[in-house]
Amino acid sequence: MADLLELTPEGLYCRQGDFHVDPWRRVPRAIVTHAHADHARPGCDRYLCAARGKLVLRERIGGAAPIDTLRFGESISINGVQVSLHSAGHVLGSAQVRIEHAGVTWVVTGDYKLQSDPTCDPFEHVEADVFVTESTFGLPIYRWAEPETVANAINAWWRENQAAGRTSVVLAYALGKAQRIAALVDPSIGPIVAHGAVMKMVRTYRDSGVRLPSIDAVPPRARRVGDGRALVIAPPSVAGSSWLRLFGEARVAPASGWMTVRGIRRRRGCERGFVLSDHADFPGLLTAIEASRARRVLVTHGASDSLARLLQERGLDAAPLATRFTGEPPPDDGGPAEESGEETDPDATVGEAA
Amino acid sequence: MREFAALYWRLDSTTSTTDKLEALADYFRAAADDDAVCALRLLSGGRQSRGVSTALLRAWASEAAGIPLWLLEECYAQVGDLAETLALVLPRGGAVSAADGCGLAAWIRETIEPLREADDDRKKELVHDAWRRLGPDERIVWHKLLTGGCRVGVSRTLVAKALAEVAGIDAAVMTHRLMGGVETAEDYRRLFSPETTESGSQRPYPFFLASALDEPAEALGPVTEWQAEWKWDGARVQIVRRGGGCSVWTRGEELANESFPEILAAAAALPDGSVLDGELLAVRAGALLGFAALSRRIGRRRATKKVLADIPCVFVAYDLLEASGQDLRGLPLAERRRRLETLGLPTFPTADATLQLSPRLDADAWGDLAAARATARDRGVEGLMLKRRASVYGTGRTRGDWWKWKIEPLEIDAVLLYAQAGHGRRAGLHSDYTLGVWHEGRLVTIAKAYSGLTDAEIVEVDRIVRATTLERHGPVRICSPTLVFQLAFEGVSRSTRHKAGVAVRFPRIVRWRRDKQPTDANSLGDLVALIDAAAPSGAAS
Repeated sequence: MADLLELTPEGLYCRQGDFHVDPWRRVPRAIVTHAHADHARPGCDRYLCAARGKLVLRERIGGAAPIDTLRFGESISINGVQVSLHSAGHVLGSAQVRIEHAGVTWVVTGDYKLQSDPTCDPFEHVEADVFVTESTFGLPIYRWAEPETVANAINAWWRENQAAGRTSVVLAYALGKAQRIAALVDPSIGPIVAHGAVMKMVRTYRDSGVRLPSIDAVPPRARRVGDGRALVIAPPSVAGSSWLRLFGEARVAPASGWMTVRGIRRRRGCERGFVLSDHADFPGLLTAIEASRARRVLVTHGASDSLARLLQERGLDAAPLATRFTGEPPPDDGGPAEESGEETDPDATVGEAA
Repeated sequence: MREFAALYWRLDSTTSTTDKLEALADYFRAAADDDAVCALRLLSGGRQSRGVSTALLRAWASEAAGIPLWLLEECYAQVGDLAETLALVLPRGGAVSAADGCGLAAWIRETIEPLREADDDRKKELVHDAWRRLGPDERIVWHKLLTGGCRVGVSRTLVAKALAEVAGIDAAVMTHRLMGGVETAEDYRRLFSPETTESGSQRPYPFFLASALDEPAEALGPVTEWQAEWKWDGARVQIVRRGGGCSVWTRGEELANESFPEILAAAAALPDGSVLDGELLAVRAGALLGFAALSRRIGRRRATKKVLADIPCVFVAYDLLEASGQDLRGLPLAERRRRLETLGLPTFPTADATLQLSPRLDADAWGDLAAARATARDRGVEGLMLKRRASVYGTGRTRGDWWKWKIEPLEIDAVLLYAQAGHGRRAGLHSDYTLGVWHEGRLVTIAKAYSGLTDAEIVEVDRIVRATTLERHGPVRICSPTLVFQLAFEGVSRSTRHKAGVAVRFPRIVRWRRDKQPTDANSLGDLVALIDAAAPSGAAS
């Protein structure tokens, strides 16, 4: 029995259905799990994604290529292969791809998290014979606190900065994390201000029906913004850039799963970091893998070697799968920070490929 | 314990000296005397004797976490800090610390000291008990106490400053009061006594520092206006001989009396009321042993007999800052030097003399000095010092009067063979490199280098290392040879301890040779030729 997916130079390919999942080159037909740059590339002839994520995907890939959509759980046949999409809980519209052919089922998770997120649908456990899972945070050191706990910490930090007349800047990926934070914090503390790249996605989220608190854009050609009361949400690429000078005295804190590790926090030179991730933590990965009841597990991007080894020791047929997905790269893994201003294309921002 | 852990994290979370000072002062203001004594010992790098091996801690932590030991090691490679790794994998305990109300001294007495006498079962019980009582951040600090070090980036000077602030006295006086250690609560209380008699009597002068010469020496004007000396590969110190006592002060303003008892004994023969500036050198049988050997002496609080015999040291004087209790720093160098020479110290190298005089290199032309500098490597020195004869003894690094005229390092091109993840700021990034050169068609390792690339380059190299990994051995990756680095080093000698048969001294990466292929790298033969070109002789003469 042939595998339903194979690794080709273009990416994960289903020969039986003649389509790709999250290809990294131009292909005729791409099923896209979510709109982050390492999973969704422009230039394919035709796309398929979850209905909830259509506007976000269009915003990211641009162009006019047709985007077909499926509601979560809805199934279609592509060249005789049954395909359905199931919520992955990573960002708005993120989906797991379930592929069934000749009685065999594969599930490609894309990026996912099990934690609750007011800005996207919750993760759905899907059973499969073969489970292709991400492993960005696949080491046991990564265990997330409840989002409410993190929100309280951000609120407290915001108030503390406010009392000292300092602006609070949270660094978060422009698609997903930024909106999640806006929805998590307490808007009664003060104004929430968004970087242009974040604002673009805030609009797309709202257009997609996601409720977000009032968020101010940074006015074009502004020379000074706010009076030290605001919470600014900006992409990681603004760290160390002149854009931050807009806010006068400011405190900067990244929000990322990587902030678990003190060495990474210190390397970033940030006094503060919040451990908040849109990926599953280690226990979350194990839970999803177990709930899939899969006998065979392929582990992509992240701690794929060690997670596969651990699963093997637990009796599963597991192996790492070398894709070009990067997951959420460690914050300083994206080369030198670029100047990031109002005009910056969100796709051009560094470390954005979450 | 909670207060000390909080201090640790306050110090860790800031790079601002002012904030650190404030954190330290807050802690000492509130701490009980016996807790403060422990904190002082830990902050100044004092180690708690190890009651349990890290192997046992790793085993118990992985067992408690329900993960195999190899996975804990993978985590360690990512985190780069064992104390933190253990805390991150352990099951989260009760959110509220039960260590509350138990001071640092009592905590060490109850949870660390009993480990030494306990058998493994009892140790395990004690460790689990402590884990139950601590929050995650406190566990990290406790693990650090358990496994030895608790360095958190505060200098002794900073601690002294904070204590001086609490006591309301001069920082230099506090530095002096801290010398010799604070062992008991009574010692600690004495730090805050209002009397200032005798304090400061052994205080050194601020060191005057030289800058690297970055223009041709001729540009400095007539050679006759300059005094030239060898630039020693040793440790800068001041010997203070006052009030019947002696002190040896390092440039870090730390008292090194106990590390260098033979220097201290010899200094007793100096006339009272004198301060000498000079260099400690490791010398055996007339041969300079270099800084690496010397650092084994400096690193020890108290010199053992073996280390004293293995690494004998001498002091070479090059300046006289005080004579007959008079501060001479305002006099021109030429005059200070004249007075220094009247002390009658034998000129280096002299056998069986512990205090010696660093010779002047008199020259009529810059060319003579350039020729002398060219012999520096053979002599085991770093080059020349050029000091303006008319200059006063300044403070800190003021450009213009004192220059370091160092020799150019040796350089070869070497290939990256292994890379290992770094620690601290470099945790998770492959930043420790093992480099090799060609020998009989194969690459043989010749040096490890940790420095020289920019942060951006390290990130880039890390990516290439991951992409070109052939094999992994724990945290070490063997890469297919693709990267060439220009490696600088101060010297090269034959060595039986190194696989390639040569050892390079102080290797560091100068630049990444993106323009070169591994086949362009140098050979072992090239390295050996450098040894033969500069056959090491003995001491400078």
